[in-house]
Amino acid sequence: MISVIIKDLYRYDRRFRFAFIVLMGIVILSILSLFSPYDPSSSYQVPVNYPPSVKYIFGTNSRGQDIFWMMTFAIRNSLLFGISTALLSRVISIFVGLTAGYKGGVTDRILMSINDSFIVIPLLPLLILFSFMFKDRMNLLFLSVVMACFGWPWDARLIRSQVLSLKEREFTRTAVYSGMKALSITWREHLPFVMPIVFATTINNMLWSMGLEVTLAVLGLSHINTPTIGTTIYWVNQHHAFTAGIWWWIVAPIVISIFLFVGLYQLFVSLNKYIDPRTRLLRIGG
Amino acid sequence: MGVLKVEDLKAYYMTDIYGIKRTVRAVDGVSLDINENEIFGIAGESSCGKTTLIKVLSGMVIPPLTVISGKVLYNFKDENINILSLDKDELRKTRWEKISYIMQGSMSVLNPVRKIYKTFQDFVEAHQKITKKKDFMRKVRSHLEKLGLPREVLKAYPHHLSGGMRQRVVIALATIFRPNVIIADEPTTAVDVVVQRGVLQMLKEIQEEQKNTIILVTHDMAVHANIANRVAIMYAGRIVEEGRTKDIFESPMHPYTRYLIASLPMIGDKSDKVNIPGAPPNLANLPEGCGFHPRCPYAMDICREKVPPLIENEDGRRVACFKGRDCGK
Amino acid sequence: MRHPFLKYFLQRVVQCLLVIFIGITITFIIPRLAPTDPVESAIARANMLGQYTHPETVDKIRKALTELYGLEGGIFEQYVNFWKRLLKGDLGPSYSSFPTPVMDLIRKSLPWTAGLLIISGLIAWVLGNILGGLAGYFIQRRWARIMGVFAMATRPIPYYIMAFIILILLAYLFPVFPISGSLDIGLKFSFRWKFISSLLKHAFLPALSLVIVGAGAWFLGMETLVSNILGEDYVAYAETAGVADGKILFRYVMRNALLPQVTGLALQLGLIFSGALITEYVFSYPGLGYLSYNAIILGDYGVIMGVTIFSIIGVALAVLIIDLIYPLFDPRVRHE
Repeated sequence: MISVIIKDLYRYDRRFRFAFIVLMGIVILSILSLFSPYDPSSSYQVPVNYPPSVKYIFGTNSRGQDIFWMMTFAIRNSLLFGISTALLSRVISIFVGLTAGYKGGVTDRILMSINDSFIVIPLLPLLILFSFMFKDRMNLLFLSVVMACFGWPWDARLIRSQVLSLKEREFTRTAVYSGMKALSITWREHLPFVMPIVFATTINNMLWSMGLEVTLAVLGLSHINTPTIGTTIYWVNQHHAFTAGIWWWIVAPIVISIFLFVGLYQLFVSLNKYIDPRTRLLRIGG
Repeated sequence: MGVLKVEDLKAYYMTDIYGIKRTVRAVDGVSLDINENEIFGIAGESSCGKTTLIKVLSGMVIPPLTVISGKVLYNFKDENINILSLDKDELRKTRWEKISYIMQGSMSVLNPVRKIYKTFQDFVEAHQKITKKKDFMRKVRSHLEKLGLPREVLKAYPHHLSGGMRQRVVIALATIFRPNVIIADEPTTAVDVVVQRGVLQMLKEIQEEQKNTIILVTHDMAVHANIANRVAIMYAGRIVEEGRTKDIFESPMHPYTRYLIASLPMIGDKSDKVNIPGAPPNLANLPEGCGFHPRCPYAMDICREKVPPLIENEDGRRVACFKGRDCGK
Repeated sequence: MRHPFLKYFLQRVVQCLLVIFIGITITFIIPRLAPTDPVESAIARANMLGQYTHPETVDKIRKALTELYGLEGGIFEQYVNFWKRLLKGDLGPSYSSFPTPVMDLIRKSLPWTAGLLIISGLIAWVLGNILGGLAGYFIQRRWARIMGVFAMATRPIPYYIMAFIILILLAYLFPVFPISGSLDIGLKFSFRWKFISSLLKHAFLPALSLVIVGAGAWFLGMETLVSNILGEDYVAYAETAGVADGKILFRYVMRNALLPQVTGLALQLGLIFSGALITEYVFSYPGLGYLSYNAIILGDYGVIMGVTIFSIIGVALAVLIIDLIYPLFDPRVRHE
C-alpha cells in the first residue's frame, strides 16, 4: 500500500519527486557513516585545514578531521535526533489530542488551555536555562526527551480537530472514549483517518526539533562532542573558520542543512496535499 | 414571449488528477423555452445536474466545468444576449442588472465581516456610481421596507440576523436592480417551514409587481406546486418532463415525475410512501440510452440503447419517453 | 453573559495568567532538578581564578549567594519567596556583573530586542500576508508561483542558519552592512540623522534575516487560506454580482483570511521571539539574546534565570494584547 502511494506521488507530483531524491541522498549519506574509516569523536587524524580535493572530498577542518566523514555522522545523528523527538512527542500529542477530542466538555477545555499555554511559552530561553543547568549530563538522547516534552501541543490540536470532525460523522451521542468497545471503534474506524495527520505532523516536528538543536548547539548547549549539524557549526565558530578562510568547513553543514530542511518541508507539503480530502476524492473513482 | 432559450446544452466537468481522468456529464442535452412574466420551476433530486445548469445559465462557467455544445440565449426587450459568448466586462454588466441569482444557503452567502448596507453598497457600486450616499441609503431602505424588512437590518452584521431574515436580505439584494430574470437556487431549503412561506410569498409578490421571470430550482415539489406556473423535471442531466404545474400535478406522465409527486406528504393521506427502486445516477458513469431505465418499471429494449427525445404534445406538455403519450402506462 | 466581549476578555486574561503560571513554575523547577548547584559552581569558578579564600569567608559567601539566588528553605518556601520577589520586580543580582541587578541589565537590553522584534515581526506579518493574499488570488500568474517557490525555500530554514547565511553574504563577502553591534562606536542617543542612520544600518541585517524567514511562513499560510476562502459562498456570490476584483480581494477575501492569521501571530509569537534571540547572537546585536549568550559563557545563573522569566511574562502579555486586538478584526466576537 505504501509503495503504491509513493509510486503515485513520485510520478505525478514534481515537488515530491524533488523531496524524495534529496532526502534519499541525505539518508544514503547518513548510512555511509557506518563505513567511516575515522572515529567521529577523535580529532587530529588528518592534516589540518586542507581544502577539498580528491583525497578529502569536503576537505579537512581545524580539528584535523575529514569533513566528509564527519558530515555523515552529523547527518545521521541529526536525523536520529529529529526522528526520536518526533516519535516521543507523538505519544503525548496523540494522547492529548484523542482525549480532548473524544471526551470533550470540561476535560477538553482544560487540556486545550494547558496545550495553548505550552504553545505560547517561548522555548529557547527555557531550553537555554535547562541546558545550562544540566551541562554535564547533556547528551543527545536527553535533549531529545526534553524537546519532546515541549513539541506536542501544536500537533495535539490538529489531531483533536480531526477527531472532532470524525465524531460528528461516526459516533452517536452515547459513544464516549472509555471502555473497550469505544477503543475498538477508534482503532478500526478512526485510525485510518488520524494516522495520515500523525505522519504529516511527525515530519513537521522533525523540522522544528532539528532546527532547535542547531540553535542550541551553536550556543554551545548541546553535546558538543557528538557530531551533529548543529555542533559542526559550533566548532566552525569556535575556530573562527570564516576569518581564517576555511570556507569549505562552513559550506558543508550549511548546504547540507538547507537541502535537509527544504527537502523535508517539500515532503511535508506534498504529503499534506495528498491527504487533503478534496484531492483524495478526485483520486478515487478512476 | 420567450425570454430565455436553451438549445441542446451539454456541459461537463473534466478533471485530470494524479493521472486519473474523469468526466462528469452534469448537463447532457437540455433544451428549454422560458417566457417573460412567469415563474418557471426546475425540479429534481440532488446530483441531477440542476446546479450546473444554473451555473451555465448565469454564465459562471469556470474550469473544470466546460460547455461542450449548445446555446443559451436571452431575449430582452432591447437586446439579445448569448451569455456564453460574453466577455468578462459584458458579463458583469449583464449579471445583476438583467439576470440575477439567489444563491442556495442563506447561512454563508453574506460576508461575515461586513455590515449589510455595505454589502448592498458593494453590489450596487459594481454597476452604478453612488454619488450621493444619502439618496442611495434612502432607496435601499425603501426597497427593504417594500419587501417587509425592518431598516435596522442595514446596520447589522449577518450573524445578527436569523436564517429567514438573511434569506430575505439575499432576495432583496438580488432584486435591487429590478432584473428581467431571477434565478433562485433552493431558496427555501435552509429555512424552516414557517419562514419558507414568507420567502415564497415574497418571491410571488416580487414577480407580480415587477412582471419579470423567476427560474425556481428546487427538489421540493411542494414549492413548485405552490408558486410555479410551469415546471420542468430534470434527471441525470436531462429534462424528462415539462408542462404547466397544474397539468403535471394532476396527471404526471413520466414514472420519475410520478414518484416525486407521490413522495409528497398530504394531509389525510395515510398510504405508505414508496421508495424509488435503485440508486440515483452517477453522473460520471451514465448508462447508455435513457438515464432512467435502470429504475423504470416500464423500460423497453430501446430505452437501454437510445436516448429518448423530448417530444411536445398538443397541450404544450413535453415528455422524454419512447412511449410518448403512453408514458408511464 | 450579557456582553460577549466581556466574556472573551476575561477568558483571555485567565489564559494569560495560566501561561505565566505554568511557565514560571517550570522555570522554578528546572534549576532545582539539576545536578549542578549554582552556588557551588559560582564558588568553584571564583576559586579557579586562583584566589585563596578563608573557609569561613567561603561559608559566608555561600550563605549570601544562597539567599540571593533564593535557594534557602524548603521547596515550597522557596516557591513562595520566588513569586514574592517576582511581584516586586526583583530578579536577583547578576553574577558576572555583581552587584548589578539582573533587572537593570534586562532593562538595558530590552529596547533593542523589542525594537527588532516588533518592527521585523510586523513587517514580516504584513508583507507576508499581503503578498500571500495576492499570490493566492492570482494563483495562475507567474510571479505568484515564483514567490511561492521562494517562500517554500526560505520558510523551513531555521532562524539561525538564515542569520548565518546573511551574515556571510552581506557583511562578509560583500561588506555592505556592518558585521556586528547596534551603533557605531561612541554615538550617543539623539534624533539626528547620524544616529538614526547608524541605528538602521546595524539593525538592517538582523531584521532582514527575521523578515525573510517570517514573511515566507506568513506568505504560505495566507496563500492557503486565500485559496480556501475563494471557494466560500460569500465570495462566489459577490463575484456573481459583478463586484470588482480589487474589492473582492481586499474586503471579502483578505479581510476574512486575516482573522486566522491574527490568531496565528499570537500563537507563533514564542517561536518568533526565540528566533529574534538567536539572530541577535549572530549579529552581536545588544538585545536579550546577546545578553543570554554572554551569560552562558560567564556562567551567570542569575541573568539566565532572569531572562527566562522575563521572556515568559513578556511573550504572554504580548499574546494577551494581540488577543484583545482580535475583536477589532472579527465582529462576531465584538458586541451584541
